[in-house]
Amino acid sequence: MADISYKSRGSILNPLRSLSFLTRKPVTLPLEPRAASANYRGFHLNDWEKCIGCSTCQKICDNEAITMIHIPELPADPVKGVRAERPAIDYGRCCWCGLCVDVCPTASLSLSREYIHICNDDELDSYFILPDPNGMHELHFEHGWQKTADSDLVDLKRQAMPVQAADERLQTFAEFTAGYDDQQALVEASRCVQCGMCHDACPAHMHAPDYIRAIWEQDLEEAVRQIYRTNPFAHVCGRICTRRCETACSIGVRGEPVAIRWLKRYAMDALGHDRVKALVAGMQGDSISGRRVAIIGAGPAGLTAAFDLAQQGHRVTVYEALPEPGGMMRYGIPAYRLPHARIDDDIDVIRSTGVEIQCNVRIGETLDMTQLQDENDAVLLAIGLQFGRSTRIKGADHHGVRSAVELLRSIGLQRDLPVPHAIVVIGGGNTPWTLPAAWHACSAGNMAVSM
Amino acid sequence: MRPENYQAVSQPPSHEFELNIGPNHPGIEGNYALKIKVEGDMVVAAKADAGYLHRGFEKLMEGRLWMQNIALVPRICVPDPAPMEICYALGVEALGGLQLPERAQWLRVMQLELSRLAAHLFYFGGVAATMGMYSNMFWGVADRDLILDLFEAFTGGRVYSMYNVPGGVRRELPDDFLGRLGALLDYLESRLPDYDRLFFSNYVMLQRTRGTGSMTQQQALEWGVTGPNLRACGLAFDVRRDDPYLVYDQLEFDVPTETAGDALSRILVRRNELLQSIRILRQVAAQLPHVAGPVRCPIPNPLAWNIPPGESYTRVESSKGELAYYCVSSGGDMPWRVHVRGPSQMHAVQVLENLAVGARLEDVAQIIFSLDACPPEVDR
Repeated sequence: MADISYKSRGSILNPLRSLSFLTRKPVTLPLEPRAASANYRGFHLNDWEKCIGCSTCQKICDNEAITMIHIPELPADPVKGVRAERPAIDYGRCCWCGLCVDVCPTASLSLSREYIHICNDDELDSYFILPDPNGMHELHFEHGWQKTADSDLVDLKRQAMPVQAADERLQTFAEFTAGYDDQQALVEASRCVQCGMCHDACPAHMHAPDYIRAIWEQDLEEAVRQIYRTNPFAHVCGRICTRRCETACSIGVRGEPVAIRWLKRYAMDALGHDRVKALVAGMQGDSISGRRVAIIGAGPAGLTAAFDLAQQGHRVTVYEALPEPGGMMRYGIPAYRLPHARIDDDIDVIRSTGVEIQCNVRIGETLDMTQLQDENDAVLLAIGLQFGRSTRIKGADHHGVRSAVELLRSIGLQRDLPVPHAIVVIGGGNTPWTLPAAWHACSAGNMAVSM
Repeated sequence: MRPENYQAVSQPPSHEFELNIGPNHPGIEGNYALKIKVEGDMVVAAKADAGYLHRGFEKLMEGRLWMQNIALVPRICVPDPAPMEICYALGVEALGGLQLPERAQWLRVMQLELSRLAAHLFYFGGVAATMGMYSNMFWGVADRDLILDLFEAFTGGRVYSMYNVPGGVRRELPDDFLGRLGALLDYLESRLPDYDRLFFSNYVMLQRTRGTGSMTQQQALEWGVTGPNLRACGLAFDVRRDDPYLVYDQLEFDVPTETAGDALSRILVRRNELLQSIRILRQVAAQLPHVAGPVRCPIPNPLAWNIPPGESYTRVESSKGELAYYCVSSGGDMPWRVHVRGPSQMHAVQVLENLAVGARLEDVAQIIFSLDACPPEVDR
């Protein structure tokens, strides 16, 4: 290509060369429907089977174009983390950036290969679209922009919990999980998309999104405040909760769910017992109701009720038959999973709200039930489920057969338990694994275990 | 505005009258206005008037997550949106200490140069139209559309790519892309002689633009002129070469200059830049198959992404000049402040006001277009 200099005079005839275009074949493309590129960001498609209604798309949307719509016909299951809600798009607001697709935890959203949408008069008002797999106004365009490994904005991998090596664990009965450090907790908390599925799934409806957000904001006091809104056993649940929240976590659909339980534990451990106590004291209202409540059983149910009642200004006394409060937490769970010091911390916080706990008091023996009823405005029985389940097979009532609950309580009470030469454990869940370890730890001697 | 309430203001007798060019005028770029005072057909005073498309981009960005802003920034410049998103992403990466993977750097250069090509083709159409030459506009827009086809395949969007995120780019290239790019570059190169005949060596164009809207290099520097408009005044300054970003230091290209500082120089500089962009794109296409690796570094969940406190100033060479982003983070999940230094801020205000004075009325539109001003860069 020749240079054109500044001084060049040019020619008035030069443009006439373009007349040669008259003889060329026209390049105008006929206007007919064609699919856009494989990557094109057209209109939204949503696979309703995959979508769980978590509303993460709504949160990332730059233009607030997405509204979650409740659809009563759809199945909803808070325990599994599924809501009967689906995103609807306002195309007067959407800017087709596709961030909703890239952030979608389930990969249900995608954009179609539709360039231009033309609709009938009667559909004119329907540019507020509830996308489904069939495309806008059932036009069935193919998938364009979809989530890929490059574009996924959700962090699917959780922070690994540091644990003791197997040979170290042989030597000690100390807690085998070390807990997150500050950095791990920050990264883990940042994975949360604040969908609230955990809150819905939690039997106590703990405010997990709020305390996770607070951990991410490095505001531990706020995190603990959020935890104590619903649950005074934060140390305990931060260690041995069955974590339904994590089953429901929307990140868990394609990846590893946010480690909600470990984050709760981190918030409690990192803030420290004294500050937790001071904080809970600050949360307590100053009204005194003048009413008295007696609670029988200092297990999780009894003590949680005691905490909640004390927060409301009632005077609470808890009666416990065993020498220490804690119930199944103390006598059913070995210390390498839940150290007793942490149970003591939680109970100390509950005590600090004015709850009185009397141990070694067996109602009906030490103290009379009618007396309790006379002296209190209400009596709560929170005695738990103290009997183990049986297999109900022939011979299950043999004197050598023991239930896990009862055996663990004996171990917890440090009763002198002779170590047998060999035991057979029926079942393969958490408790059967716990049992021989706990037994072994409290008594010296070798024992052959068959699971 | 009922007629009975409206009284004509009597003006003293004058040879001058005021004329609004814009905001709704074929001779103005975008929603922008230039209020001029003319005596006969000579312009005696000019006042730039912005604000017609003010959306408050900078303020909006303070209320959006770091990630969300990638959907907002390209809108500051319609003809050349790629530098906006890349410059913003570079700014956030500088603040957050993110290591941009090498492949993402090459992909960004490709996007920038394709966008420059598209913007220049658009420019030739626009500036020709101010002289009544519409064929050039049709050609420019049609050829730009072929580039938009590539953008569609490559980034998912035709005009606003929104292809970048802080930390890299969003997608890997489609399989057949480099072949399509090579074919398009060949085609564009084969078209340049046609453009030359139609426009760049057109006697009418040369006569009308030579000497129109001239500024000296000294004036240009005082007024803050950058980019092709500055290079048209004889100063070979190009951010790509003089303060290289991404992988521009590994690429061979020239920085074309002219010396006269008038509309013709500005047009010729851009014509020559077209060739340099094609040259760069060929190098990128040759290099890309040898650059492996991810296209994005690991980034956290965008809904919970704090950027460490600090400030960054990043600049890139857009088709209009030096584009820079000043990003300030207070450590939160949204910017504390973002300032966009759009090159057109200078070109469309003080430069245009100065160059219009003394020009003839029919040349004003040509001066505006030859400066390639983009009004949203003023109305941020």
